[in-house]
Amino acid sequence: MSEIDLSKLPKGGKGFTHDFATDQTIFKGVPWGKAMMWIFLLSDTFIFSCFLISLMTARASTTAEWPYASEVFGLEVFGANVPLLLIAIMTFVLITSSGTMALAVKYGYEKNRKMCALLILATAIGGLTFVGMQAFEWTKLIFHEGIRPWSNPFGAAQFGSFFFMITGFHGTHVSIGVIFLFIFARKTFRGDFDAGRRGYFTSMKSDYRAIEILGLYWHFVDLVWVFIFAFFYLW
Amino acid sequence: MEQNNKKTTTHNIGIYLWIWGLLFVFSTFSYMVDWFDLQGLLRWSLIIFFMLIKAGLIMAIFMHLYWERWAIVNVLLWPMTAILVFVAIMTAESQYTFFTRALFFVMGG
Repeated sequence: MSEIDLSKLPKGGKGFTHDFATDQTIFKGVPWGKAMMWIFLLSDTFIFSCFLISLMTARASTTAEWPYASEVFGLEVFGANVPLLLIAIMTFVLITSSGTMALAVKYGYEKNRKMCALLILATAIGGLTFVGMQAFEWTKLIFHEGIRPWSNPFGAAQFGSFFFMITGFHGTHVSIGVIFLFIFARKTFRGDFDAGRRGYFTSMKSDYRAIEILGLYWHFVDLVWVFIFAFFYLW
Repeated sequence: MEQNNKKTTTHNIGIYLWIWGLLFVFSTFSYMVDWFDLQGLLRWSLIIFFMLIKAGLIMAIFMHLYWERWAIVNVLLWPMTAILVFVAIMTAESQYTFFTRALFFVMGG
């Protein structure tokens, strides 16, 4: 994007004041698409924090007993109730897909078309598995446990609305990510990023840096799950 | 440009596999917190500890923040810390709400 030689610029705190004191581009060596993705993710962070903070507020201010997630989300395996089993598997699936995404970005920059495309495809399949398991979890909770946004048999009535809102909003992010991962896997297989073929949406030339930007989004989805896992399921 | 790009954005595959493995390990640890049914302050501190380590690893290595210039790192991380102020405000607020509710149930309005 920019022609600046980053190795000649000051680093660390000095670099910070230097970059902010210069004209034109503040984020040296950062393609605008990446900067915009980061700023979008920052705003998304605020949205997810609002959800999690309101969960905290509801939980701390209710006089009713808060449902014990460990039991609510337990799964029966061979007659024994294993706490949070499905959620743990979902966590590992999402981390795995994050790992394959990180490798896809690496191979993308090395212009290794096949490895990159295969890893993006693996990431997409991991994401799809996650969404599938979430659908299973929702079905179980709605039809077998009778959890509703306004009531549930386990305790505080607010529990359901927070569960559906937080995991639903996260699941939406995962689903959107999966769609884009499949699109990018196809584009990579076809060699769009090598040929610089123009995109269907922005009509700009394809560039392997786009894969890092997609990767940022995907890692963010994983990042949010880390917080949801901690505050909603484990707390 | 190409040369520069190579130097700054691709890293040894080892580091990604290491971080991947660490994320698995720390996820297992945080699951163990629930498995062994730890309660109280120990549970909460361990949950937050493992959560922050995982979040840090993902952001620093997978999202490449460790290699970015300070300009963008600071622009991203400072607003995120501002969330803590919001958490503090809502903690006070929720305690007040709990207090008024408890009072209502005891005194009957």
